[in-house]
This record gives sequence, structure tokens and C-alpha cells, in this order.
Amino acid sequence: MTETTTTTTGGGTSTVQPVLEGRGLVKTYGRVVALDGADFALYPGEVLAVIGDNGAGKSTLIKALSGAEIPDTGEMFLDGQQVSFKRPNEARAMGIETVYQTLAVAPALDIATNMYLGREIRKTGPLGSVLRMLDGAGMRKAAKAQMTELGIGTLQNMAQAVETLSGGQRQAVSVARAAAFGSRVIILDEPTAALGVRESAQVLRLIQNLRERGMPVILISHNMPQVFEVADRIHVQRLGKRAAVITPKSVSITDVVAIMTGALQVPAEDQTLGPVR
Amino acid sequence: MTDATATTAGYDAAEEFLDRQSPIQRLQGILHAYPWLSPAVVLVIALIIFSSITSLFAQPGNLGTITQQTAVTATLALGQTLIILTAGIDLSCGAVMVFSSMVMAKLAFDQGVAGLPALFLGILVGGIAGLINGLLVTRVNLPPFIVTLGTLGIFTSLTLLYATGRTVRNRELADELKWLGKPVLLPGGFTITYGVLVMIALYLVFAYVLRYTAWGTHVYAVGDDPDAARLAGIQVNRVLLSVYATAGVIFGIAGWVLIGRVNAASPNSGIDANLDSITAVVIGGTSLFGGRGRVFGTLIGALIVGVVDNGLSVAGLDEAYKRLAIGTLIIVAVTADQWIRRARA
Repeated sequence: MTETTTTTTGGGTSTVQPVLEGRGLVKTYGRVVALDGADFALYPGEVLAVIGDNGAGKSTLIKALSGAEIPDTGEMFLDGQQVSFKRPNEARAMGIETVYQTLAVAPALDIATNMYLGREIRKTGPLGSVLRMLDGAGMRKAAKAQMTELGIGTLQNMAQAVETLSGGQRQAVSVARAAAFGSRVIILDEPTAALGVRESAQVLRLIQNLRERGMPVILISHNMPQVFEVADRIHVQRLGKRAAVITPKSVSITDVVAIMTGALQVPAEDQTLGPVR
Repeated sequence: MTDATATTAGYDAAEEFLDRQSPIQRLQGILHAYPWLSPAVVLVIALIIFSSITSLFAQPGNLGTITQQTAVTATLALGQTLIILTAGIDLSCGAVMVFSSMVMAKLAFDQGVAGLPALFLGILVGGIAGLINGLLVTRVNLPPFIVTLGTLGIFTSLTLLYATGRTVRNRELADELKWLGKPVLLPGGFTITYGVLVMIALYLVFAYVLRYTAWGTHVYAVGDDPDAARLAGIQVNRVLLSVYATAGVIFGIAGWVLIGRVNAASPNSGIDANLDSITAVVIGGTSLFGGRGRVFGTLIGALIVGVVDNGLSVAGLDEAYKRLAIGTLIIVAVTADQWIRRARA
């Protein structure tokens, strides 16, 4: 039984340092224990899926990692340095970008404006410093370059309002924004939940593009086939704890669901698993 | 909108909207991109109609008069535009304007404050009034309609109590306060006032600020989708607060323009000014749902109201037609906005 839940390397022998790590994270809301000493580790260059039943604490875990919630106890490390985020902007300032399921783009604003929203670039010289003029052309050019780099070819006109785009394209704008500013980690919180099949496929392709560029990605998803398609490793969250970390290659969807629901137990020693590569 | 070349990488969802554009959809798209276009057409039509009804209308002297009559409403409507862009509304703007004008006039006349400091303090009172509105909206989380309905009553009664029901008349006013009523002669026989120039200058400043600065972008973003703005790291409440305070300062300046226009500071002036300003904003193509609109649309909207008002009286027609025409325009404008908002290029 345990054989099916170990990763290719297994054990704690690895010397590779996690990009983002959480140890013993606890978060309670009144009497509800959302996180009960949860551990978490994301390694360089991997796509780590986080799955779990409703109430397993996966969204609270992600909120803690992205700065949207402050854990009661526990420690977090970014590239080995201990960190604590009080608000999302602090996590963002340290290179952790989050893409939300709710298509978090302002519809009436254009693509470039959305990509640089809250982080606008000003013109150089007195126009920028005295008159505070934004460098619209520069932002559109950079946005276009970012799109091209991610292989988002259909979005040509960066002055196009986001509301004229399809759901998949809007999410592509969000992902491109995260990729433009996320220097260390990109978190995708149910990025395909609001999308159709074809549009979901576009977003999954974007995730693969991100991995090819060496960007570590955390993917929260309910969709097992999607998770098995793109993830290098899968973090299974259950009852506020990490129940297991597995590789999609060595485990079936049925077993993963069994771990999620508690039908399949994983010994504690198998839970400290090293990186895949 | 998307280039025809956009067919790479298998992201072919764009094809879905490449072909199926009817002329009506294209019109919808154009109006969507340029919200001031339809009010501009309405203004031109109104000018043509009134010019053909009476030859008195298109005289340079009369056209100059229209700009003077429009200056106060247009200034107020500029502040109103900022607030409506954030999906808010300000019913208290006229009351703030009159309050500011009374403070200026009485400080200079009764308290013996010099003209310029009195002017400055009057405008500051407008800013504080706006700040109070903003704090109630952002900290107490009340809907802007309710907040400003309440402060409309409060500022109106404060004005009456402070003024003790008395108008500060022309010869009692400090010179600096009357400055905006002074005429400026333009070539071709047009006569405008310094008040008109101040109004236009304000429009230019805020057109620039909204179009070219981060703050302007954030104002649009907050009105368009506050959740998306928040997730992008914008401090939504801080933007809202700054918008209400800035609008308050503009209302204070409108109080100065008002004194220049009526040559007095009266606690009873500007009764319908709040509704007039909302009318100008709405006719000008700014969406009441926020995030969409241009200040120049508002200026055109204010001019439409001014032209209809003036044209009817110059043509000797009943004043009642004005309300009929403007009321119809409001409904048409908002209907058009609803329709344009549905445009998905």
C-alpha cells in the first residue's frame, strides 16, 4: 500500500532547498481548525498541485502562503529565509504572485493596463517624475513581449479592453501578469474553475509554458484529470494536514481520491518527501 | 479588434469573434470605445436645431453667454464625474458648493479675513466636506447615495445657519471673490469670463490626470471592478477617499465660480445644482455603474443642458420644454449606456 504513495526519490536525503516551505502551520477560525500543523514544500522548477476535499484546508494553506491570511503558528521559508506575510502585497513584493479563479481583471480596462494595474510604470525624465505621466507605450510593449514569451499569440492588441476577450484569454492575461511579476513562485488558485473545456486547455498549456521557463508553480484544483496532466507532484491536503505527497506517474486517480477521503492512510515517514528531480 | 494575423499557437478562441460583427455591433463597439461620441452628436444636432429656429441663437454674444451659464454646472459635474467613475454618486455637491461660497464670502465680509485666505479657506471647507463623505462611504461602509443624501441636508442647513439667512451682496464681496465674474473678450465677439477659463483649466487638468497617471487608472479600476482592483494590490478605500476629497475641492472651486456668476453669495442658490451635475455626467456618456466615461463627455453633457436651456428661452419657447427635453435625454443616454455596456466587440 505505501509503495503506491512514495515518490521517485523519497526520504529526506535531498539537498535541494525548497523555494517555498511551510512548517507546522496552524490557523483556526473560532472553533474551526482550518490548518492543523500543515507542512508544505515547493521545489524549484516543479508544478505542485494542491488537492483536497472541501474543508481540508487547502484554500487556507494557499492564503497563508500568498499572504491573504496570517497563520496562528508555524513557520514559512522562502528560498530558505524565514518569512511572514501580513498582507498579499508583502508576498507579492517578495516575488509570490497569485492568479485567482474569479478572473480578477477589470473588464473595461485594456490588457496592458490590467497587467500593470497597481504597478504602473512612469515615464522617465520630468514627465514622469514631475507630471507623473505613465509610460503607456512602454507598458504595452512590455505586455506584448510577455504574451509572446508565454506563447499567447492571439492577443495582439494590448490596448484591447479585457471585456472583449474570452474567459480563457482573460485568464491568460492574469497568468501573464503573474508571470511578469512573480519572480519566485506563481500560485494558481482554481484557474480553470470558471472556464470551459477548450479554455481550460489553454490555461493548462500556459502552466506547462511556465514550467518550461523554470518557474515553480502551485496549482490548486478540483479537477483530477487536469492535475494528473500537468503536475509533477501532488500535495494531498486532508483535515488541515498534509496527508501525502505523491507523483502522478506512480499513483492512480482512485488512490489519490482514497487518500483525500481518508480511505487510504499513509504512514507519517512517507510524508516528508523530497523533490522529484 | 483583434488583428487578422492572430491565429498562432492554437489559441484560436479569438476566431470566435473575428467574423461575426454586424454593422450594429460595430457601432456598439465604436460607442463603447469612445463614450463621448454620442453626446457630441447630440450637441451638434441641438446647435443646428436652435440655429435654424432663431438667428439670435448662433450670435457670438449668445454663444459666449451659454458658456458662462454652463460654467458652474460644468465645474460641479467634473467632481461628480470623478465620483460616478467609482460607481458612487454625490447628492451633496451643490450644498457643498454653496457652503464653500458662503464661507468665502462671510469670512471676507464679516470676519475681515483678506480675500485670498478667505478664498482658500472656503475651498478647504469643500475639501473637508468631501472628505467627510468619503470617510462615511469607506469607513462606515454606507452606500454613497445614502451618505450624500444625509450630508445634502446637513450641509444645506449648516449653510443656512451660518449665513443666518442673509445674502452677501456684490458690493460687500471681496475683490478676489468676484474675479471669476470678470469678462474676457475673445476675437470674433465672444465674451466669456475668468470663471469659464478656470472651469476649462480644471477639465484639462483632470483629463490629463485620469488618462495619464496611475491615480487616474486606479479610479477607473476601482469603479470598474473593486475586487479585481483589490487583488491587483490597489488600496480601494484610499482611492475612494481621495476621490471624494478631490471632488470636494472641485465643489469648493465651483463655489468661487458661482460667486462670479451670480455676483453674490446666497445661501439659497444652487438648489437643483446636484441634479444638474448628475444630468451632465449621465448625458455625457459616463456610466452610473462606474469605470466608464470621460470628463470631456461631461463637459459636452453640461453644454447640451446649457444649449437647450438657452436655446428655448432665446427662441421664446416655454421653459417647460427644457425639462421635457433634458428628461428625455437622460433616459435615452442611460438606455444607450446599458446597450453599449453589453458590447463585446
